[in-house]
Amino acid sequence: MTENNFWLKKIEISVSEAEKRTGRNAMNMQETYTAYLIETRSVDHTDGQSVLTDSLWRRYSEFELLRNYLLVYYPHVVVPPLPEKRAEFVWHKLSADNMDPDFVERRRIGLENFLLRVASHPILCRDKIFYLFLTQEGNWKETVNETGFQLKADSRLKALNATFRVKNPDKRFTELKHYSDELQSVISHLLRVRARVADRLYGVYKVHGNYGRVFSEWSAIEKEMGDGLQSAGHHMDVYASSIDDILEDEEHYADQLKEYLFYAEALRAVCRKHELMQYDLEMAAQDLASKKQQCEELATGTVRTFSLKGMTTKLFGQETPEQREARIKVLEEQINEGEQQLKSKNLEGREFVKNAWADIERFKEQKNHDLKEALISYAVMQISMCKKGIQVWTNAKECFSKM
Amino acid sequence: MEGERRAPRARSCGLPAGGAPAPSPGVDAPVPGRSGPPALPRAEVLDLDEDEDDLEVFSKDASLMDMNSFSPMMPTSPLSMINQVKFEDEPDLKDLFITVDEPESHVTTIETFITYRIITKTSRGEFDSSEFEVRRRYQDFLWLKGKLEEAHPTLIIPPLPEKFIVKGMVERFNDDFIETRRKALHKFLNRIADHPTLTFNEDFKVFLTAQAWELSSHKKQGPGLLSRMGQTVRAVAMSMRGVKSRPEEFMEMNNFIEIFSQKINLIDKISQRIYKEEREYSDEMKEYGPIHVLWSASEEDLVDTLKGVASCIDKCCKATEKRMSGLSEALLPVVHEYVLYSEMLMGVMKRRDQIQAELDSKVEALTYKKADTDLLTEEIGKLEDKVECANNALKADWERWKHNMQNDIKSAFTDMAEENIHYYEQCLATWESFLASQTDLHMEETSEDKPESH
Repeated sequence: MTENNFWLKKIEISVSEAEKRTGRNAMNMQETYTAYLIETRSVDHTDGQSVLTDSLWRRYSEFELLRNYLLVYYPHVVVPPLPEKRAEFVWHKLSADNMDPDFVERRRIGLENFLLRVASHPILCRDKIFYLFLTQEGNWKETVNETGFQLKADSRLKALNATFRVKNPDKRFTELKHYSDELQSVISHLLRVRARVADRLYGVYKVHGNYGRVFSEWSAIEKEMGDGLQSAGHHMDVYASSIDDILEDEEHYADQLKEYLFYAEALRAVCRKHELMQYDLEMAAQDLASKKQQCEELATGTVRTFSLKGMTTKLFGQETPEQREARIKVLEEQINEGEQQLKSKNLEGREFVKNAWADIERFKEQKNHDLKEALISYAVMQISMCKKGIQVWTNAKECFSKM
Repeated sequence: MEGERRAPRARSCGLPAGGAPAPSPGVDAPVPGRSGPPALPRAEVLDLDEDEDDLEVFSKDASLMDMNSFSPMMPTSPLSMINQVKFEDEPDLKDLFITVDEPESHVTTIETFITYRIITKTSRGEFDSSEFEVRRRYQDFLWLKGKLEEAHPTLIIPPLPEKFIVKGMVERFNDDFIETRRKALHKFLNRIADHPTLTFNEDFKVFLTAQAWELSSHKKQGPGLLSRMGQTVRAVAMSMRGVKSRPEEFMEMNNFIEIFSQKINLIDKISQRIYKEEREYSDEMKEYGPIHVLWSASEEDLVDTLKGVASCIDKCCKATEKRMSGLSEALLPVVHEYVLYSEMLMGVMKRRDQIQAELDSKVEALTYKKADTDLLTEEIGKLEDKVECANNALKADWERWKHNMQNDIKSAFTDMAEENIHYYEQCLATWESFLASQTDLHMEETSEDKPESH
């Protein structure tokens, strides 16, 4: 729930349904996709009653568009990630198919989670495009594109260049970058091994199901042992089928970890922006310094540095004092401009660092809280699994002992 | 298939009337052995067919061919059988204790083999002493089994462990193999000792007490090779003719054996597969725990929680190993022994059928031949006695065997269930204590007056 200037009251957001659709894509070809129903309710704070105010359908690509827009316009914010586009870290029985109902269901939850995170972010929740995403079904895409945000986006190449060449980034961002790399690496590893463990666990449980079948067949020829065998076999079936729910729950745990895996990328995006700005600043400062030097050289007539002008002067003869005066004037203007720019870049840079760091602190607290909760919920899942196991095997033991 | 499985069974005092996939009487059903499991409709239930190759096992049990129809001592009176069954049920009256241990490797120029030490303690009068220690190799056990089968063709002789296992063996004598075999040989001798008839067998006594050279010379006695071969050829020829007039109770018995054999083989496969899956699960868990510790290195505020989870996973991993070893000690050997028993049983049925076939052929001969009727009648008389003895022996031993089988299976599976319960209880305790520590910590964090005690 959140309050901001677009919402007169507190709101609740939910992604309540998913539906398969077919339509024509940009190239006029038939395609199948899933659409998600987003419902927004406004809550009366006096009696807690909620009223449905908006309801529209969106597909995954529109969520992506929203997020890309937010990334461009709020580079100092750790923008919440979307659930994965394709199923990864899949253990063998789980489908990697995007159309698989279980995957769609988990994605629905992930998308809801994304919207809730955006809506509860103190800065992002006030964004107009976000508001329109929840309220304006038709034309929203055009509206977003009209902001021209794609043009404002920093090119990847520029960012990469800046990362390599920046000389004095804020140390905290460098550390943060390392942290996010480590986070990504360790969570990936964990998810991979978890998937393998899930696979093996599935195997152990399911093979026991074979006992059920064989015991039942065997019980047909046994007199005294028959009943015990048959009922024990039933419990083996129960045991074997219990793993499906257990692993489904674990999938939700894995999704919680995945969210932070993707958050690592969001952290890196903020670091990249800082490096870009810092690099830009350094380049501007460098440029200014070199212009000042040029100016000085022209004024005093000494040539300390190699320049094309110097060469051509030597070759073709010195320029006239008027020409020199003109050049100095131009340079002085440029220097002035440069100094202004440098000042404002400096200010921007410091603003950015301040705001970004505030959001990062907020993020850190959120992360610690969420991950701890996730790990505890994992423990709770294990406890539930153990309790089920004890019950089934106690029942089975009773049947065996009656044989 | 689902629906079929849970259909109520016809319960009567005999075998169920319907529902059991019994072959029609009178038809010699094909040897089931390792018939594959029926097609599994649900992909979830893992198909075992692929594993058949992995679990290929050859039992070179030559004794099946050795059909010596001599049958010396065999108690024919039901009363004496009952007494001896009681005798076996009361362990205080047991007067023959056998252990098999200390496998030792022997290397000669020709071969390498293993001997096992066999210690026998007894209070029986017919033994010259009260304690014996001898060394025997697998060949000697094979010999003993052969002699027992010769002497008692329709008794259920305990099975020997296989001669060798084809797949999965890197070298012939690795430690696990030897240990498994030792345990099985120990079981073999003790089962003979517990058997009301076999325990008094002369060859058995010689096996337990004779020194090496004495045993060799004793082995050389007995019917010559040629006569044994003649018997074998005749026996094979007769078995080809099929059984036309098998009595009803033996039809039932045969039916039971066929189905039992199928099922116990499947259970053997399933149990081995479970062991394998648990092993692989445990291996993955070994890697899973440490990742959390690694993670804790970069998360100041989550160190306790992450390390706690890591420690729980490690403990559960150890509990899995314990469960596995329980399985391999309690369940797997028992199930496997009964797989071998089921093969034994089919051999016993065949031998009984042959004895009857001998009688049947003589009776047939009598019907057609005019001459030698007196001789034939005399032979038939003897054979009729022989058939009656054989049938009675088998019937009594059958009941005893079934009773034992039930107990063994029941206790093996009860143990397995117990292992699993214990495993889950251990894991539960681990995770619950972790959870408690986390909620305690949380409470300590939120209430500032309480000092941190962790």
